[in-house]
Amino acid sequence: MPFARDQWYVAAYGSEVGRELLARTVLGEPLVLYRTEAGEAVALADRCVHRRYPLSESRLDGDSIVCGYHGFTYDQTGTCVFVPGQQRIPRTARVAAYPVVEQDSFIWVWIGDRERADPTTIPRAPWLADPAYTVVRGMAPLNARYQLLVDNLMDLSHETYLHGGYIGTPEVANTPITTEVDDEKGIVYVSRHMDDAECPPFYARSTGIQGRITRWQDIEFHPPCLYLLHSRIAPQGVYPPAEGPDSDAFHAEIVYAITPSTENTTYDFWAVARDFAIDDESVSEYLYQSNHTVVMQDVTALNLLEQVIASEPDKYQELSINIDTGGLAARRLLARMIGSGTVGAPQ
Amino acid sequence: MNRRMLTGDRVYRIHWMPGTDILRGVCHCGAERVAEEPVELWEWLLAHPQGHQAPAAPTPTPQRQAVSA
Repeated sequence: MPFARDQWYVAAYGSEVGRELLARTVLGEPLVLYRTEAGEAVALADRCVHRRYPLSESRLDGDSIVCGYHGFTYDQTGTCVFVPGQQRIPRTARVAAYPVVEQDSFIWVWIGDRERADPTTIPRAPWLADPAYTVVRGMAPLNARYQLLVDNLMDLSHETYLHGGYIGTPEVANTPITTEVDDEKGIVYVSRHMDDAECPPFYARSTGIQGRITRWQDIEFHPPCLYLLHSRIAPQGVYPPAEGPDSDAFHAEIVYAITPSTENTTYDFWAVARDFAIDDESVSEYLYQSNHTVVMQDVTALNLLEQVIASEPDKYQELSINIDTGGLAARRLLARMIGSGTVGAPQ
Repeated sequence: MNRRMLTGDRVYRIHWMPGTDILRGVCHCGAERVAEEPVELWEWLLAHPQGHQAPAAPTPTPQRQAVSA
């Protein structure tokens, strides 16, 4: 599957990027990430122009990388400032520097024509850097193609079957959805509002609610990379007031950054931001462990699915039903970004 | 029925009608169609304006012609 280039993607959490060199591959492009002494995040192509040695296996000297093989040295713009044994530095001795924006705890990189990089188009996930929320998060590398994780997250009915005992209850799969697509802004929104639902352990133990709940799941997908799940949990029958804060409900903002690494591998950045029990470390630990478990259930399933799909003919047959309405919309927007424009089976 | 969440001028919507298997597609132009599976409905929506006619306003009753005996 081709990639959607000329887009912003999350390459790392800001906390992962420091004075150690970090290797990440985004859309098949190997990157090395680090932070200058002044604290600015940098992303360069992770291949020395000389003999292709990975710069991520090298070392920093101030704000420059010294190649660990022959000492070619690159500054933070990717310009080569030193070659061994001679004074003349060849004009072509430079590596690509990628536009980088650090925002909402993520390191976003632009993959494509750098002249087209506009930081104002990066979608926001403000809860991840808001002191009114407490965040648990992680990143799971996936041995499966990007599209499989998009399909997974756009249709939460799988929670009932794959994540029962954690976040899934019968009502998730049984509740109809409304799907909206803003064709100009390129956003898919999927609402599943459960008026009277069993409270899954994930929320029963973290909120303390006993008994049934009113549970809303509102997905906002900003393809290609940012997925937001606005999760509202309240005692059954408690709805937001007509005006003022929704203070009788618990809110979790569940954020995924879905970044293609290679054609068959994906970075699954996940975070759960909550506005309740924000100082309770035992709740943080519980939510971290539970969500990690849920993510790994997805990873196991999608890795398996990747093996199945990779072994099948290109034009394999699949079947879409009502629960897939949002996933189909996401596929269509992604296909448009890539350059084709079909709704049905993946290309 | 869930609320409208996106407010742009070019929003397509598909509502899964509660208690049924029926999907109702609503185009930003006002045209509507029901279907039983989403691929067909997206194809119709995204074909806008082809095949899209907003719900017809009530047809005025033709004025009865006076018929002379």
